[in-house]
Amino acid sequence: MDFLNAIVALSNFVLVPAIAYGSQLALGALGVTLIYGILRFSNFAHGDTMAFGAMITILVTWWMQSAGINLGPLPTALLALPFGILGCVAMLLLTDRLIYRFYREQKAKPVILVIVSMGVMFIMNGIVRFIIGPNDQRFADGERFLISAREFKAMTGLSEGLAIRTSSVITVVVAVIAVALLFWFLNRTRTGKSMRAYSDNEDLALLSGINPERVVMVTWLIVAALATVAGVLYGLDKSFKPFTYFQLLLPIFASAIVGGLGNPLGAITGGFVIAFSEVTITYAWKKVANYVLPESIAPDGLAQLLSTDYKFAVSFVILLIVLLFKPTGLFKGKAV
Amino acid sequence: MSGTAAKATGAGDAPFLIGDSMTGGYGKGPDILHDCTIAVNPGEIAVIVGPNGAGKSTAMKAVFGMLDVRQGSVRLDGEDITRLSPQDRVVKGMGFVPQTNNIFTSMSVEENLEMGAFIRRDDIAATMEQVYDLFPILREKRKQAAGELSGGQRQQVAVGRALMTRPKVLMLDEPTAGVSPIVMDELFDRIIEVSRTGIPILMVEQNARQALEIADKGYVLVQGRNAFTGTGKDLLADPEVRKSFLGG
Repeated sequence: MDFLNAIVALSNFVLVPAIAYGSQLALGALGVTLIYGILRFSNFAHGDTMAFGAMITILVTWWMQSAGINLGPLPTALLALPFGILGCVAMLLLTDRLIYRFYREQKAKPVILVIVSMGVMFIMNGIVRFIIGPNDQRFADGERFLISAREFKAMTGLSEGLAIRTSSVITVVVAVIAVALLFWFLNRTRTGKSMRAYSDNEDLALLSGINPERVVMVTWLIVAALATVAGVLYGLDKSFKPFTYFQLLLPIFASAIVGGLGNPLGAITGGFVIAFSEVTITYAWKKVANYVLPESIAPDGLAQLLSTDYKFAVSFVILLIVLLFKPTGLFKGKAV
Repeated sequence: MSGTAAKATGAGDAPFLIGDSMTGGYGKGPDILHDCTIAVNPGEIAVIVGPNGAGKSTAMKAVFGMLDVRQGSVRLDGEDITRLSPQDRVVKGMGFVPQTNNIFTSMSVEENLEMGAFIRRDDIAATMEQVYDLFPILREKRKQAAGELSGGQRQQVAVGRALMTRPKVLMLDEPTAGVSPIVMDELFDRIIEVSRTGIPILMVEQNARQALEIADKGYVLVQGRNAFTGTGKDLLADPEVRKSFLGG
């Protein structure tokens, strides 16, 4: 019984949150990795792109809520998501046309594009705060729990409860669908293959008659969709606050780099590596330990390795370790 | 081959592809080519040889539009294409296999061929079959990542990729660079086979002797100028050429 309780507690506080968070990071990292692979720079504006897409979705969600449109037990935000993606697409294509294309034509070095993307980041950041404000915004509705802790306890008779939030399940389901679509697109369609070819060998892609401007445009479309989905899922699961999205940049980049920049499979793996490390290191293991260990060696303290305030240190340390020992990441990506 | 060599000597009539008295260099840099002429006709293999730094690759790149031709012209099938970009020349029917980075390493052999045919909108299955017939090893490895293949197989992928557009002329930049002598012989055999399908082949070669043996037409360049021109046989027999480039 104690062992079961330990597993339930572990699932409730570590596994389920880490899987949800990992999915969100994976979607974010996929966007970063695609831009790195195809446009060949690290896009620092990605966190704020996520915030922008999420903001449009939230605005449409609010409008839908006021108009009485909803999805029953599912959050209305899912219905508003396509509009958020469209808004984000418009924003990114406009940014590309006005800013990135100029530097592409100059054949600017990646480091210059990184600085440019920081400029874009500040502007997007400002726009988002200007429109929706810097504060926390609530937009989640529908059924909050798939199984609440109380129901679970009643069902199983265990003293530990396992709460599964609707947002966690939606996060995982939507992430799986998004990733499946992305891989199908990259591996099975002509346009997707041309994107991989362009990422693999730009000169040869040009010789093969692949139009770089089209590849770039399709990349932005996909990145907009991924970023918006990631942003909305994160907002549903936790909350929407522009500054949090800016901060997400670190774990997202860590995920992409740990997996191997430019490698989509790596981005997903990296997302889960970072999420699980962050959650397990900042989790107070006292409860689980008390169930499993005999009383004599059970910890007195919280058995928490690192306070949650320092969770970003985890991404940072993993990032450092990977860059020191395996700069191309777990999967064969490009060296940074 | 002796039959085709005789045909090649008739250089008087307008060749299918010609870089005519080309002078030029990269960007704003100095001229590398000086009044250099290179031409090839259907069914022929034309080979550019010469010492290191003679401008062999540069001459081929000039024909393909990768550097500024300041004087002279490039004509394909009578049409002046001097001002076209390399991409446009591909559309016009020129297939080019660069010396390095000439395959998509992370993609499968089949995908490499598909990407080669990117500009085509019709059914490419028949062309792909032809390429597989020409390079049977590629059919065997078609699902494998091209980057995992051996040097000789990679070159076959590279040539196969260029053939997928059904080019009117094929240009190879040192196709045997970095492969073993045995593989080199096999590659030359394949190149002869491609040429038998009627496609004119223009290639740059480091291995002058072997290349001239299969060449209908040879160009020996020295410092960006035509030093000797003739059939492969003539050049091999020429004591001057033998002494300076073929080691006696």
